[in-house]
Amino acid sequence: MNGGSSQPAVVARDLTRTFGPFVAVDRVSFEVRPGEIFGFLGSNGAGKTTTIRMLCGLLAPSSGSASVLGFDVATQAAEIKRRIGYMSQRFSLYNDLTVEENLRFWGGAYGLFGAEMAGRAEWAVVTADLEHSRRALVRSLPGGYRQRLALVAALLHEPPIVFLDEPTGGVDPEARRRFWDLIDELAAAGKTVFVTTHYMDEAERCHRVALMHAGRLLALDSVPDLKSVFPQGTVVEVTCGRPAQAMARLEELPGVVEVALFGERLHVVLGNPAVGASLARSLDAVGCENATVRAISPSLEDVFIHVIARAEGEAA
Amino acid sequence: MLRRTLAIAVKELLQLRRDPRTALTLLGMPMVMLLIYGYALSFDVQHIRFAVVDQDGTRPSRDVAQAFLQSGYFDLVSQGRDPRVLDALFDSGRIQAALVIPSGYGSDLAARRSTTLQFVLDGSDSQTATTILGYARQIVGSVSPVIRKNARDAAVAPVPLVWYNPDLSSARFLVPGLLAFILMVTSVIATALAVVREKERGTMESLRATPLVAIELLIGKTLPYLLLASGAATGALVIARLLFDVHVRGSLFWLAAVTLLFLAASLGWGVLVSTVAETQQVAFQLGLLSSMLPTFILSGFIFPISSMPPALQVITHIVPARYFLVALRAIILKGAGPEVWWNQAVGLLVYGAAVLAVATARTVRSL
Repeated sequence: MNGGSSQPAVVARDLTRTFGPFVAVDRVSFEVRPGEIFGFLGSNGAGKTTTIRMLCGLLAPSSGSASVLGFDVATQAAEIKRRIGYMSQRFSLYNDLTVEENLRFWGGAYGLFGAEMAGRAEWAVVTADLEHSRRALVRSLPGGYRQRLALVAALLHEPPIVFLDEPTGGVDPEARRRFWDLIDELAAAGKTVFVTTHYMDEAERCHRVALMHAGRLLALDSVPDLKSVFPQGTVVEVTCGRPAQAMARLEELPGVVEVALFGERLHVVLGNPAVGASLARSLDAVGCENATVRAISPSLEDVFIHVIARAEGEAA
Repeated sequence: MLRRTLAIAVKELLQLRRDPRTALTLLGMPMVMLLIYGYALSFDVQHIRFAVVDQDGTRPSRDVAQAFLQSGYFDLVSQGRDPRVLDALFDSGRIQAALVIPSGYGSDLAARRSTTLQFVLDGSDSQTATTILGYARQIVGSVSPVIRKNARDAAVAPVPLVWYNPDLSSARFLVPGLLAFILMVTSVIATALAVVREKERGTMESLRATPLVAIELLIGKTLPYLLLASGAATGALVIARLLFDVHVRGSLFWLAAVTLLFLAASLGWGVLVSTVAETQQVAFQLGLLSSMLPTFILSGFIFPISSMPPALQVITHIVPARYFLVALRAIILKGAGPEVWWNQAVGLLVYGAAVLAVATARTVRSL
């Protein structure tokens, strides 16, 4: 219902929000293309929720600007609210109402009524796979179902874009997978999905990912392009008996850029692939025998750690 | 606009239905409180310990003493001719009041001269003393015409005539006040809790992302409670009639109109409280304190506003029950029409509009 598909769904220009002396979001700029799944990846406190709240017209930017579907977030919040779906980090349904009552209420909040309301409620129930729980109180539903219900409730008024703030918090991996299948369906149907997460596996399913840390946007690209910051063969996985000691040793070696501990294993970023061959010998020398070294394709987490380390290095 | 408001109201009603305890409390509490307060809060004084000192000993003197005893308020503790015993009786607290009939009372009446009776009172509890004095005046007044008939021109005491509440029943005086008090407290707390609950559960954040605007949200949320409070008010009036014999003399239509106005003002106050409170506990405390104390003390419910210090009198203008009470008493007790209490209705209207405006502004700012 809004413009052509060439127009970006979201545009942020130096978007900034401060709370007293604290800068929650620091001059963030990006564009979201219509129909894409746009991921905001970052740890807690990175500024993801603050950004999403500004985009939904819930929080005024301190400086900079942003527009959603062509409407300015600072001056046209009412226009935006009518056209977007929003699923907040906190559970947005009423536990003491049934599935249908919740749907009817949230539809009513968008002015839906009568046959249109009934039709959309039916779509929502089917989409969230809740046909058998229409009259069940929401509090009695398993977490995964509640999450899906919250998502479809945010889509009753058929918004072209939906903002999901850490939508899968506290649900099990299987429910998360099903939730993301639903997100894929939405994107396939042409909806723009703006989603924040701190799960790497979820970020891998996004078309493009923005990495956020300490209020700043550090990188933004498709997942393969993000990973290409590491040339082929420069990320290796080291497995040995004493990972902590090995880590200390590796960090001293010339040619090693970064070392990160992943459980029992170490991910090592090398200055060039040739350094890899000498790693096992260096570890033998400090008593970490039988270390295995193999080249791996970098994970998004490697990228994340690398980008943050680089940003903090620049800041220091 | 209307549909979105309605959606909120329907949701709120559904939630009330799911939580029958809250609904029943809101509905039943005013009636229960009316019962408790109605019986406990009584200014009526009975079983007054009483002595008669009849120094005259004539038939008219016996008649007047008899009139006191037959009134039902006085229990005879002592009877004699010597007034000196009264000191000891009062000091020991064995009596609260005494009637002294001087010698010559009967002959004065017979000679058609004006005469006096002495009525002695323990004034240490002024409230009770005033009430007893009222009874005494009434009894003497009721005796006077009889005396006058027998002894034509004899002038006795003036005859007081109490309008609206002839037997000065305190229930009749207190019930309108209780009604205001109870409705104020329950509606303020109910609304404050209903709004703050959304904040606490986190649903407020989602509501704010919808096209709902503050005024729709506030009206939608208060409407069901207005309905409930109206039901409670009706129930309280029925109880007042059945148990306390308080009849509504005026028009039920005006009664309902003024009550709705008052409820809207109280609900507005509840919303205002909810914009300040972040948790239901705080909302409850704040709602209770800010509605109960002023309504009890500063509305004229028990303490007449006209006898307060001027500074306090000014403060009473921000207590909505102050306006409601005057109108309520006028309608229930006097059967008065709007020409008498229209200025009170205007007061309520101004108060309600001001409170709702501030509440809406505060809600908008927090959006």
